[in-house]
Amino acid sequence: MAVKAPILELEDVHTYYGNIHALKGVSCTIPSGDIACLIGANGAGKTTTLLTIFGVQRAHRGKIKFKGRPIHHLRPEQVAAQGISQAPEGRQIFPRMTTLENLEMGAYLRSDKTAVENDMEWVFGLFPVLKDRTQQLGGTLSGGEQQMLAIGRALMSRPELLLLDEPSLGLAPKLVERIFETILEINKKGVTIFLVEQNAHMALTISNTGYVMETGKIVLTDHAASLLKNEKVKKAYLGE
Amino acid sequence: MAKSDFKKFIIYSLFLGILILPMVGFPGRSFETSRAFTIWGGIVGILALWLLNKTVRRSDMYQRTAAHLAPFRNTVLRKFSKFPTKYYILALMIAVAAYPLLADNYMIDVGITCLIYIVLGLGLNIVVGLAGLLDLGYIAFYAVGAYSYSLLNLHFGISFWLALPIGMVIGGIFGCIIGYPTLKMRGDYLAIVTMGFGEIIRLVLNNWDKLTKGPNGLLGMAKPAVIYPAFTEGGLKWVAYSLKSLHALYYLMFIIAVLTVIGVRRLDNSRIGRAWVAIREDEVAAELSGVPTTWLKLLAYALGAAFASVVGAFFAAKLSYTNPNFFIFMESCIVLCIVVLGGVGSIPGIILAGIILIAVPEVFRELQNYRMLAFGLAMAAMMVLRPEGLIPASRRKRELHETDQFTPEDLKDGG
Repeated sequence: MAVKAPILELEDVHTYYGNIHALKGVSCTIPSGDIACLIGANGAGKTTTLLTIFGVQRAHRGKIKFKGRPIHHLRPEQVAAQGISQAPEGRQIFPRMTTLENLEMGAYLRSDKTAVENDMEWVFGLFPVLKDRTQQLGGTLSGGEQQMLAIGRALMSRPELLLLDEPSLGLAPKLVERIFETILEINKKGVTIFLVEQNAHMALTISNTGYVMETGKIVLTDHAASLLKNEKVKKAYLGE
Repeated sequence: MAKSDFKKFIIYSLFLGILILPMVGFPGRSFETSRAFTIWGGIVGILALWLLNKTVRRSDMYQRTAAHLAPFRNTVLRKFSKFPTKYYILALMIAVAAYPLLADNYMIDVGITCLIYIVLGLGLNIVVGLAGLLDLGYIAFYAVGAYSYSLLNLHFGISFWLALPIGMVIGGIFGCIIGYPTLKMRGDYLAIVTMGFGEIIRLVLNNWDKLTKGPNGLLGMAKPAVIYPAFTEGGLKWVAYSLKSLHALYYLMFIIAVLTVIGVRRLDNSRIGRAWVAIREDEVAAELSGVPTTWLKLLAYALGAAFASVVGAFFAAKLSYTNPNFFIFMESCIVLCIVVLGGVGSIPGIILAGIILIAVPEVFRELQNYRMLAFGLAMAAMMVLRPEGLIPASRRKRELHETDQFTPEDLKDGG
């Protein structure tokens, strides 16, 4: 297998919330076209990592590079313009906007109308339920539909790199499976995916690379398949 | 008669009795029983009507009659909605334009005040209604506008028309000054900081004797003037006509108000407006969608302030006088009340609320201080009975009646 060019690189990234040292030197490299996942317990700093990549939280030290260019000094809207997009944790959709308006917000930075319409069709293809609910308010959708909407909205900016924060959170097992299948489908379209998950088993099954995070640091990096067999990981995160 | 409604009727009556009796019972030193109980009786009467209305509406007969009349009602409604909205707007414009011809000077003055507050309400609506940032010091920008024009006119002789854009820019800058440190704040904190800012502006104006003449205020600004060509003995000349009459000032304010409505409407429907709504709904999600939240929040403050400073300049020019006591905290509250009462985010609602809150207390001036009591009661009742405002904005209505939209179907396949 040829070595793929990295799309995202984190080098020794530190982030603070006030005095709390949330990320204590996170480094990782995500190859272009892959699915990578970051697993870890609650409060390990997984969500903070994603928010730091996006510039919502500022990296106090360290470097973040997207396609070789540093992005850690950029504001969120500038990061979004680079071709990164994120479906935030806990389905932070716009509850009082309709499904359609939510998706349109995802394409906020784009001005190519016909292409946006095509992408909307693509999203409706991935999540047919959303098409039936275009005029319904985001807040009145079911949990699964809201998650689909959050991912769909993130796709509307036509990203090269998609950051997903706990897409399985609070969903029924059957729906989780559906979501993960769709993630694979999105990846096949050439979108690199960086997945943050507590559902370690599912996440590692579909990923190429896996990172294990503990208290603000990445403690283990390996092929996802090897992590699935790793005794420590099995014990701590897979419940076996 | 439903039991729960009757219970409510008793509780409300007693509650209002406790609240009102001591207040209206003591016009002088001694308790005037008849007077107090007449007023209370009136209120209980209104509550009884409400109870009756509710009971009748629940009854079978009413329901059956209503069902009978429904087709007729629908045809009437359909007929009316067939008129395009622009006809209604045109009718309203004509009515507002014709008003000074029918009114005396005092009524025109009240009309101007109404228009001023409507524009202030619409300006504040940008900040509160669209971007969702609570601002309790909004009147400060009105003061900035008034003092900008006063100082520019007195010291540099700058005309009203030139002072308008300058004042807007100055107002916008002040908007950013208050906006910048509050970018990360929400809710209560934002309310306190903006309130403090409003007071700071007023206190500076009150104490900076050399520049603002302190509490004495500034006097003698020129009224706005219109320059038009006219044939005189010397041939074609430009003649300045000073807008001194109340009529002229009314029409000027009317034009400002119409332009404001157009401006706010366009903002509301724009890309920027949509992004503001996104920020109000969920700031992080908006950021992740690529909305430049920092800029847009500053822009909301700046634009809101710019509108306020335009009317501020007008206000100073109208009176040829200004002093810091025009800009007390209570004024900020009234403007906020207009926005909330009318319906946050709703332009027609704010116009209606502006008229109600400014003109109606004038009408009931004979009732003296009771009008303030009635005013307070009306506000409280509004917030309990109709929290979305008089004419709610469609989006806002959704927010407050979100649960109405749930159907069993939505819950069935929840994940």
